[in-house]
Amino acid sequence: MGKNMRAAVVVFPDSNGDRDAKRALGTLGIGARFVWHKESSIEDVDLIVLPGGFSFGDYLRTGAIARYSPVMREVVRQAGRGTRILGICNGFQILTEAGLLPGVLLRNRDLLFLGRDVWLRVENNATPFTNAYAKGQVIRLPIAHGDGNYFIDDEGYKRLEGEGRIVLRYCLPDGMAPNGVAPNGAKGDIAGIVGEKGNVLGLMPHPERMTEPILGGCDGRGIFDSLIADLLSGAAGC
Amino acid sequence: MTETGNVWREHGLTEEEYGKIRALMGREPNYLELSLFGVMWSEHCSYKNSKAQLRKFPVTGPQVVQGPGENAGVVRLDESIKLCAAFKMESHNHPSAIEPYQGAATGVGGIIRDIFAMGARPVASLDSLRFGELRFGEAGAQRVKSLFGGVVAGVGGYGNCIGIPTVGGETVFHPSYRGNPLVNAMCVGLVDEDKIFKGQASGTGNVVMVVGARTGRDGIKGASFASEELSDSDPDKRPNVQVGDPFMEKLLLEASLEVLEKGLVVGLQDLGAAGLTSSGAEMAGRAGNGLYIDLDRIPMRESGMEPWEIMLSESQERMLMVVEPPKTGAVRAVFEKWDLAAAEIGEVTSDGLFTIRKGADVLASVPAEFLTGMAPVNVRPYAEPAYFQALQKADFSALENYGKDRGGWTGLLKKLLASPNIASKRWVYEQYDSTVGTNTVVRPGSDAAVLRLPGTRKGMALSVDCNSRYVYLNPRRGGAIAVAEAARNVAASGAKPLAITNCLNFGNPEKPEVYWQFVQATDGMAEACGAFSTPVTGGNVSFYNEYDGRAIYPTPTIGMVGVLDDAEDRVTSAFKAEGDLVVLVGETLEELGASEAHFLLTGRDEGEVPVLDFEREKRLHSFLAEAAKRRLLASAHDCSEGGLSVALAESAIQGNLGAALDWTDGVSPAAALFGESQSRAVVSVSPDKWEETKALLEKHGLPCTPLGRTEGIKKNFGEKKFSVRLGGELLIECALDELARLWNGAIEEALK
Repeated sequence: MGKNMRAAVVVFPDSNGDRDAKRALGTLGIGARFVWHKESSIEDVDLIVLPGGFSFGDYLRTGAIARYSPVMREVVRQAGRGTRILGICNGFQILTEAGLLPGVLLRNRDLLFLGRDVWLRVENNATPFTNAYAKGQVIRLPIAHGDGNYFIDDEGYKRLEGEGRIVLRYCLPDGMAPNGVAPNGAKGDIAGIVGEKGNVLGLMPHPERMTEPILGGCDGRGIFDSLIADLLSGAAGC
Repeated sequence: MTETGNVWREHGLTEEEYGKIRALMGREPNYLELSLFGVMWSEHCSYKNSKAQLRKFPVTGPQVVQGPGENAGVVRLDESIKLCAAFKMESHNHPSAIEPYQGAATGVGGIIRDIFAMGARPVASLDSLRFGELRFGEAGAQRVKSLFGGVVAGVGGYGNCIGIPTVGGETVFHPSYRGNPLVNAMCVGLVDEDKIFKGQASGTGNVVMVVGARTGRDGIKGASFASEELSDSDPDKRPNVQVGDPFMEKLLLEASLEVLEKGLVVGLQDLGAAGLTSSGAEMAGRAGNGLYIDLDRIPMRESGMEPWEIMLSESQERMLMVVEPPKTGAVRAVFEKWDLAAAEIGEVTSDGLFTIRKGADVLASVPAEFLTGMAPVNVRPYAEPAYFQALQKADFSALENYGKDRGGWTGLLKKLLASPNIASKRWVYEQYDSTVGTNTVVRPGSDAAVLRLPGTRKGMALSVDCNSRYVYLNPRRGGAIAVAEAARNVAASGAKPLAITNCLNFGNPEKPEVYWQFVQATDGMAEACGAFSTPVTGGNVSFYNEYDGRAIYPTPTIGMVGVLDDAEDRVTSAFKAEGDLVVLVGETLEELGASEAHFLLTGRDEGEVPVLDFEREKRLHSFLAEAAKRRLLASAHDCSEGGLSVALAESAIQGNLGAALDWTDGVSPAAALFGESQSRAVVSVSPDKWEETKALLEKHGLPCTPLGRTEGIKKNFGEKKFSVRLGGELLIECALDELARLWNGAIEEALK
């Protein structure tokens, strides 16, 4: 299925989810290659993953230094031409710093690192990243972050909501999302959003860590299955 | 001259040791040379007070690839693909007492370097933490809370950033650790058997390189600091505590593994305690060679450092490498890619001398062997302390009569579940990334963590354990039980116990009663390791854990590695399905001594430590591993602190299933519910697998008692219920949700 997809996983100094991303893609038959952050072009690629980690030690601010790596100019260019960009955890933080996604990720509300499973509701399944899920489907994925408290101003929030760009929300196991259910304090319980053109997804939870039953579940596979289906449907390059 | 100066004292040496040094050298050592002896002959580096006892440990076995003496021990996990685990545990107690975040963080960083120095990729960390009680009066409570919070944040801060999952551990609160907390960190890595690296400076003429961080004034004399007692004046020791940079370590890890993979390096050693001095001397000593270091060529973080400061600095995130001359350029290129410094600072020599130069000037020259192999080996005088006999007898009436006097046993179970020692450690382990690496298949909270292994179906189980109350009350038996419990936890997860590392935390060995505890506890460990065929592959000794003259409880922490033939066979402690049979494997004796329940009610640690029968314990391990392999068990949980009622409640809470239990045995209700008899486990079994399970128990010669069944929501109760009857008499009855709330929330509650 995924054999035809060409994926690249960007490696920044202190990326630590790079191998996990490549391995998860591999379990779905998607071959991926690593791209070092000092490289300035990524050729022949359908998907670019910015993996989890602590790029540049999270110094200054999460993602703030990585955004100046030579590879990021190419990521911005690829995003502009419709290549799918998936930013997981630190990757999400880098995408906001690079201006590919709006808003910012602040310290968790209780100032503690959070490493646990969370429940998420798929708010929009009409994206290249979520078409394999049902709308409203509740999934379980791990989080592992100290800075996942998504913030955006009210105007920006309304816009995200209005344009259906809030893709994943934290929720309770039954799918209810009472205000404030996000463990990290994220505004509107936002866990993942897409960019204006829908081809850039940033999310704090780790789908790559939930792709096999032995890891505790397969709820993360949907993200990658969606990308494969999206590619097969020929919708790439909007 | 020496008679007037007492120069040895400044370097932490005794007059006797100083005399030995002069005799060995055949001359007066200069100041720098004496500094080298001072740290290398410190307890921390030389094990001078422990070596004689450590020789008792069994260290060999068919599974052992590398025993004690290297940066880490190595055991074979898979014969066919030659996959091995490199593992070790170390303490960072004193730095953590002074500066909890950095102390704990650099403890984690140091043990990670030990693992990749073996050529292994670190895949998991565990931590064993001990603090004073969470509540004991205002001022003290604040200090314990800040130590606890700081240490947990430090462990997480380092491990999370570098991307090594923290998969398990233990946290214990007890008054004996008020002034001197324990922070023991274990790391495990994977390596192919034919790619194991050693910390040896072999090949005369080879280049010595220092890579990673630059050298500064941090942590100078940390090794000597670790070899003293703590006291109130310790804030002055803050400069002795190193500062960690996990980002730098991640780069150093990747760059080091890259040069090893490319075959560019002959020997590799981490710079830990005593910095360049111990690393250089040890690398030379192991290879039977000499080496020189030129101080002018070391990349420095600050200027104006004295030679002894450079040699004793414990700046973190540095490694020493030995490289053949034609390959130094390739090594530098790899480090440049990772934006790290790599400097050629010296050379391997054939003269056996550890030489410090500054340009052309020789500042110090000492045979490496004098530093690494000639420290005195002391057998300290020891004597049984008065408390030992006095505390064997105890009055357990408060516990025995609790049910009668206090309106039933439910209250005591709740009290135990809500006490920080028994309560869920969720608050701790949820600050750790336990899933990065996508190998963790049993996460923190079960008896042992289990990781799947790449390239094979096998799994690896890991656990750290010690009940120091047992060790205090009966060091020999307590030392044995620590090993037994670690093995039991690994077995309960479905694995065969393979080997251990350890962290021996004790008080001042110069006190005869402390040394007696050390001798006895190591005797017990040695016996247990022999009985279970789990040899010791390395470890660490931490003496002088005292505060204002009072020793901690003797705490020999055990880190156990086990292997499962198939990671899919793993078993967790949570009940799985309604209607499963709940069975006690093993036998409950009339044992209330040294129990958590007695301590909780009286504040006293006393009574006889539960007996341990090695043979039965070993049969329990074999049964658990075989039952897991045959997929007979829905759950398995070691029965330990708090006794059987706590073990049952934990399995119920974790599985979110009620239980209706009713059994008879020949002991008092207090012993049946809260006694801590050894070699027991609670298992749950689907009814259709019970016959086969029973047959297997018989085959292993193990007694068992069916206790009852798991259950869902009770119709006439409206929710899930946890109830225990003994001989039909209802002793415990409570809504499961209430027990769960208490158990899950206790630590957060105590921190408020």
